[in-house]
Amino acid sequence: MSIPNSVPSQDAAAGSLAADRQDERLVQHHGPGGALRAFVARIRGGDLGALPVVVGLAIIWAVFQALNPVFLSSTNLVNLSMQCAAVGTIALGIVLVLLLGEIDLSVGSVSGLSSAVLAVGFVQWGWPLLGAVLAALALGAVIGLFYGLLYTRFGVPSFVITLAGLLGFLGLQLLVLGRTGSINIPFDSWIVQFAQQMFLPEWLSYLLVLLTVLAYGWQGWTHARRRAAANLSRLSTTSILLRCAALLVVLAVPTWYLNRTRGVGLMFLLFLVLVVAMNFLLTRTRWGRAVFAVGGNVEAARRAGIRVRRVYLSVFILTSTFAALGGLLAASRLAAANQSSGGGDTNLNAIAAAVIGGTSLFGGRGSAYSALLGIVVIQSISSGLTLLSLDASVRYMITGAVLLLAVVIDSLSRRSRQAAGRG
Amino acid sequence: MTEPSGIPAPAVRPHERILAMRGISKHFGAVQALTDIDLDVYAGEVVALVGDNGAGKSTLVKALAGVYPPDGGTIEFAGRQVTIDSPADARNLGIATVFQDLALCDNLDVVSNLWLGRELTVGGTLDEVGMEQQSWKLLRELSAKIPSVRIPIASLSGGQRQTVAIARSLIGDPQMVILDEPTAALGVAQTAEVLNLIERLRERGHGVVLISHNMADVLAVADRVVVLRLGRNNGVFQVGDTGVTGESIIAAITGATDNAVTRRAAQKNPEKGGEP
Repeated sequence: MSIPNSVPSQDAAAGSLAADRQDERLVQHHGPGGALRAFVARIRGGDLGALPVVVGLAIIWAVFQALNPVFLSSTNLVNLSMQCAAVGTIALGIVLVLLLGEIDLSVGSVSGLSSAVLAVGFVQWGWPLLGAVLAALALGAVIGLFYGLLYTRFGVPSFVITLAGLLGFLGLQLLVLGRTGSINIPFDSWIVQFAQQMFLPEWLSYLLVLLTVLAYGWQGWTHARRRAAANLSRLSTTSILLRCAALLVVLAVPTWYLNRTRGVGLMFLLFLVLVVAMNFLLTRTRWGRAVFAVGGNVEAARRAGIRVRRVYLSVFILTSTFAALGGLLAASRLAAANQSSGGGDTNLNAIAAAVIGGTSLFGGRGSAYSALLGIVVIQSISSGLTLLSLDASVRYMITGAVLLLAVVIDSLSRRSRQAAGRG
Repeated sequence: MTEPSGIPAPAVRPHERILAMRGISKHFGAVQALTDIDLDVYAGEVVALVGDNGAGKSTLVKALAGVYPPDGGTIEFAGRQVTIDSPADARNLGIATVFQDLALCDNLDVVSNLWLGRELTVGGTLDEVGMEQQSWKLLRELSAKIPSVRIPIASLSGGQRQTVAIARSLIGDPQMVILDEPTAALGVAQTAEVLNLIERLRERGHGVVLISHNMADVLAVADRVVVLRLGRNNGVFQVGDTGVTGESIIAAITGATDNAVTRRAAQKNPEKGGEP
């Protein structure tokens, strides 16, 4: 999470401005009011960030809660969180590939294939469970490598490669499953236990929240100190504390609410950890910077000496591996793999989640957190409609409409960004 | 002007030859874009590469930058025979290029663009503070008029983008800097800034290759002018030698002393005989 430096140094030495605040043309935003004005200006400039999805989520939750009071119950939200993990993990991979301005349409099939490999390897062929899990993940990585090589060597559009993969790997999934069609994974295996039964103890969940907030605050504070030492504008201690308090509320309240029933599932926690880890890789490492650069202007990235092919390869591999992991989580939660694993709306839900969460289809713009936000929206709609006993037909149409809306917002904000000179 | 810290001047003695290209040729299909081109660049020297449109300036520069590897000929850089097959090769050798189309990432901010491909890291993660601090030092040294280094490139003007692109070429301590029409899109003051900047590069011992159509700029900063015409060498002029004027260079560019430019100048200004 990068810290925007909208609030100038409060203790700038003897009235002199920090090195990055000296230009007279720069609009100075002081204090919390200034931060708010800067925020409004950013939104008007088309830099919407997570705002549309947060507003959308609030509306969706309000509507479903009004229609069915069970919707926001702790039990239902625990279920919702567990439903998010599998497709959310797939969506995380989609975020990566979208950042490059490419697409992977085969994540559903790859996740289904991975479910099939887990079930067949573990149950029918008697592989050790860990071996089956690793084999499924490795298969995902190999598929990604294959896509990446096709893309970088032959320049085939990723849309076409992965559309072929969508069909091809669905076929492979059916072949692996054989004539049985559906294979149950034993309930007492650790992977099913992990996906269905394992929840964080209450004390541990609060401890994790506390540690997260402390880590965030410590990191913000050291960053501000380093900026001050370098004579750059920095966040004041007050605003760091305010941010920490906000984060504490955002994390502690849902944790408390989920803890009223079963609590925070380990599978959901795994998804959260993956999101935070990917965000770290994307924003704090040279690899992440290269991903954004390639997505923004591939020629500029190439001339800057970035090994563009490696970036493409790494991203395609990660996307397919995340898809495989998502398939494993889905199979474990269902305790079965069958011919429809990874089929139906898995593909579209994963892509929709990434776009709804705010990752641009045009490349170079987005965040790992959009996978989290987007999948919560998608699963909220799905869960709410299920509670209203509406069937798949309505769910598909509404999810389709929400995706369309998200894409329209993406395109519109791109246009106003161009008008406001924010690229 | 202070030297920006962390961006030391190259470790080459002044007036040592850093680049010798011999017999470079390159064709695109049936078009022979370069034929037997020779080019020398010495440390602490500004070489202007001039020629009409289609003379092969950009192709030659792209051969040096690793964008189009040449078909034939040899390149000797810092005393070694080298092949430059990719932009990364060129950068690793110490050849920095500012292309005419600048090649900046619109979605990234100024700091990210400056350090793209050469990011500073602490403990494996990006050193944003260090990069921002050095960016400011470098931009101040270049008297750059950039209001904030944390705004996306998309919101900068043409001149500001040029400044960012030139500043970027200095990060990574190149021995040689190639500037492709750096002043083409700039205002009067910014052109002067860029020319000052080119002189500063020379003082620091960089070899500079400057492509320009603007004779005033060329004569103002270049030590030597290399003329290309239709993909071949067509003369080398030592600026400051007697007889080296705008007209003699233009004559070499167009291939004749009697050409459209001199005739036009003579018509306009018959007494002086055509000062361009």
